Amino acid sequence: MLVIEGLLKRYPDGFEALKGVDVTIEDGELVALIGPSGAGKSTLIRCVNRLVEPTEGTIELNELELTTLNRAGLRRARRRMAMIFQNYALVERLTVMENVLSGRLGSVGFFKSLFRRFPQDDVDNAFALLEKVGLEGLHDRRADALSGGQQQRVGIARALMQDPDILLVDEPTASLDPRTARQVMGLLADLCEEHGLAAIINIHDVPLARDYTDRILGLKAGELVFDGPPEELTDDVLPEIYGGEDWSKEPSEDDEEEEDIRSSGQFLAEEVL
Amino acid sequence: MSGTSSETRTSPRRWRRPPMIADARKRWALYIAIVAYLLWATASIEIDIPRLIEGLDRAREFFAAALTPDFVSRWSDIWTGFIESLTMTAVATSVGVALSIPIGLGAASNLAIRPVYLICRTILAVTRAFHEIILAILFVAMFGFGPFAGVVTLIVSTIGFLGKLIAEDIEAINWDTVEAIEATGASWWQKVIYAVTPQVIPRFIGLSLYRLDINFRESAIIGIVGAGGIGATLTTAFQRYEFESVSAILILIIGTVYAFEYVSGAIRRRVL
Ligand SMILES: Nc1ncnc2c1ncn2[C@@H]1O[C@H](COP(=O)(O)OP(=O)(O)OP(=O)(O)O)[C@@H](O)[C@H]1O
Ligand SMILES: [Mg+2]
Repeated sequence: MLVIEGLLKRYPDGFEALKGVDVTIEDGELVALIGPSGAGKSTLIRCVNRLVEPTEGTIELNELELTTLNRAGLRRARRRMAMIFQNYALVERLTVMENVLSGRLGSVGFFKSLFRRFPQDDVDNAFALLEKVGLEGLHDRRADALSGGQQQRVGIARALMQDPDILLVDEPTASLDPRTARQVMGLLADLCEEHGLAAIINIHDVPLARDYTDRILGLKAGELVFDGPPEELTDDVLPEIYGGEDWSKEPSEDDEEEEDIRSSGQFLAEEVL
Repeated sequence: MSGTSSETRTSPRRWRRPPMIADARKRWALYIAIVAYLLWATASIEIDIPRLIEGLDRAREFFAAALTPDFVSRWSDIWTGFIESLTMTAVATSVGVALSIPIGLGAASNLAIRPVYLICRTILAVTRAFHEIILAILFVAMFGFGPFAGVVTLIVSTIGFLGKLIAEDIEAINWDTVEAIEATGASWWQKVIYAVTPQVIPRFIGLSLYRLDINFRESAIIGIVGAGGIGATLTTAFQRYEFESVSAILILIIGTVYAFEYVSGAIRRRVL
């Protein structure tokens, strides 16, 4: 269980990206975090694993207070939470296998990682995960020789390799085509269910969030303005999160289009602007 | 051809690039000053026509000798000097490369804590402040004539060169990757070997090989001030006016640099 209380982040230039966020995420809960660009979504999940240092507030993962941990404690805590990135953030020159095994760095000593001597259990597990994410046989390929969708699958395998309690996912599908995006979200959802993982997924694609998650959080200018199941996220509440009034009467010429396609079109327009 | 404006224009509008110094008087004053200085400077060198002719004579002699290199009469001196240079190069490059790694890491502002950064940057600034010749003179004065002073010179300048370039490479790496590795709970050293090293290693190898042939060429130069190696042999041959031997030594140096170039090219193609 992840409990965030009064989380405030003030960047060195004085800008408050988060203005006191309270939220609790249960074990195994799949949560989408939506909100306009600059709302503080990335800041929020980066505060959890302290790639960004929180200014005020507390964050507890399974009753362990994260904000006050020292370096060694933080390393240990980071093993329990894995992160997935929009731009995959693989080590491009290394092989797929090395990238997947890098998920174990928190648990393996320096020399073992220097000479890539990972325990046999880890290697077995990595092969199994590669199979699970649909990359069987690609373990010796260099990471930069994969397509975006494949790289993101490596990113997911690396995260699961950590055997974490929670996934912190920052826009996993933003660089992917719509179909690949669906596949990747579906994969994430399945794997979370299978491993009983909780996840916070930052995402701009509202229809995807609705389809694949249990709960949606809406963040706007550093404040939580929506928290509820996907059904409650209707077109009426979207303006509260994204601003503007003309949400449902968007001038879509094509009336026959399905609702979720229409709103994803609106999102594209928003992002471009 | 569109109408009205071109018809009303009477003459073509002239354009010139604006001069760097707008004030014409200042501009001409500067030109005159420069020319006057050059005239005075040339005059002050006291060009001595007989000496110029003598020099041309010697140049002819030298170039004639260059076409008939003599490897034989001074072979044992040349060979000893050559091996000494190669040894100096090998030792200095390996030690220099090894030392430049920690210093380069410490001098990368995105990895090192502030005090370490400042110390390493200071070391780099000091090692880069002096030309190899100056360093060689200094170390010859400290350690006496011979290859040891040469090796120390080359180590110091290798650290300055590689350390700075590597630090700058590290500062330009893709940071997302480093954060991703950090997020797995990796330690600082694991971050370095897993996320930083793969990103900088090809260029690091390339630069080290490049430094290898710089060091060989430098070993020929610093020999002139007494720091051992083939340079010492070269100076001796010059002083004895044995231009055929000089030519042989130069050919050997050029050949070696070419060989290094070839080998390093082959290695670089493999690692990239
Ligand atoms: N290092 C920083 N220094 C100062 N301000 C920052 C820094 N990083 C982020 N910010 C600001 O904090 C706010 C929130 O940024 P954040 O990246 O969390 O937004 P986001 O919701 O993830 O946006 P996006 O959807 O575009 O990824 C932005 O206004 C941003 O300008
Ligand atoms: Mg973001």
